[in-house]
Amino acid sequence: MSGLAAHDGREETPATPIRVACYLNQFFAGIGGEEAAGVGPGCRDGAAGAALGLQRCLGNAGQVVGTVYCGDDYLAAQPATAVAAVTRLLARYAPDVVVAGPAFGSGRYGLACGQVCAAVQEQLGVPAVTAMHPDNPAVESFRGRVVVVPTQSTAAGMPLALPALARLALKLGRGEPLDPPGAEGYLPSGCRRNERADAPGAARAVDMLLRKLRGEPFATELPLPRYDRVPPLPPLSTTDGLRVALVAEGGVVPRGNPDRLPSAWATRWARYDLAGVDDLTADAFETVHGGFNTSAANRDPDRLIPVDALRALEAQGRLTLHPRLYSTVGNQGSVAVMRRLGAEIAADLAAAGVEAVVVGAT
Amino acid sequence: MLVTAIAPIALEVGANRIVRGQALAHPFGDPSLAPAAERAYRARLVATALRALTEPVTGPTVFES
Repeated sequence: MSGLAAHDGREETPATPIRVACYLNQFFAGIGGEEAAGVGPGCRDGAAGAALGLQRCLGNAGQVVGTVYCGDDYLAAQPATAVAAVTRLLARYAPDVVVAGPAFGSGRYGLACGQVCAAVQEQLGVPAVTAMHPDNPAVESFRGRVVVVPTQSTAAGMPLALPALARLALKLGRGEPLDPPGAEGYLPSGCRRNERADAPGAARAVDMLLRKLRGEPFATELPLPRYDRVPPLPPLSTTDGLRVALVAEGGVVPRGNPDRLPSAWATRWARYDLAGVDDLTADAFETVHGGFNTSAANRDPDRLIPVDALRALEAQGRLTLHPRLYSTVGNQGSVAVMRRLGAEIAADLAAAGVEAVVVGAT
Repeated sequence: MLVTAIAPIALEVGANRIVRGQALAHPFGDPSLAPAAERAYRARLVATALRALTEPVTGPTVFES
């Protein structure tokens, strides 16, 4: 393909189309629905299924040279071998960039897209981009490793997702650096880059405040986390005979921290047997929380989670203390991670027949 | 329900039943008290926590011990 530079000052870039290889699941590749979720990796030359829509958005600037697909269940059941096979198939098309998805709200598909993009980047050295709803469970796993375009939660969002994917695919395929997430339209990766602003922070803050006071539109520089609202449960008629569990955010662990719970940025929780423990004592328990002065808590860990007080009530026959202590560290914890930990602990509690929980937070 | 000294954060995040604890570093304790008095304080705090479970709430609510 050739092109001539116009001499009126406007340059016509003689662009060879960027080679794009797509990864889709069995549904979006047109193989089948849930009944085909077990299909193994395969490929179609050129654009197939939803990749046809991406090709329309790419126009002449990009060409979908191949569409690789895999059933969501197949990949979920053997991720290592399936992702390796998908990566080999994508490599055969010698792409400049790989586009996976959009996965919208589908967790299996989102994880598949994330894994494929990560593998393509790490093993083929080819840039990759995917798209899914911000609440897709895969986002937290791949946010910093893979460029993720936010989408709506269902395929109704396809008409908005494809142009955004196409634009980013072309930039990545050309090796162009990406602008910050807000400007470029992808999810923040957690990477921080220093830049020089046009005015000092104080001036920007006052300017933002004046706009807000005048009712003019303004853009926050730091979006605060969103918190969902959980409807409160109706009250218990009594706590007599209640099975109560204790959950400690304060990082209470057996002395020596056998499970190596981290002091910050915890991504997991631990469960400790309280059989025979009537009182948390300094010789047997400690806190590993890195967010506050732990000297008082280490002298008596009941100050963080009141095992002794619950045992006293249990001895009076007032309630039953669930014999497992749940523990994590909330220090620097992201909302999304803590939400997941809470859900996991809740599932464990529900399976154990716990009726009420006292959470101690620092 | 949640026991924490930093009630404003708990309200913001949306915990529905909140009991105000003694301090960030020791929500269930008060090192300035003698041991027996501190245990009594903890018992009162836990009693408030259990009472909160029996109270109806319409949204994030702080229960004082």
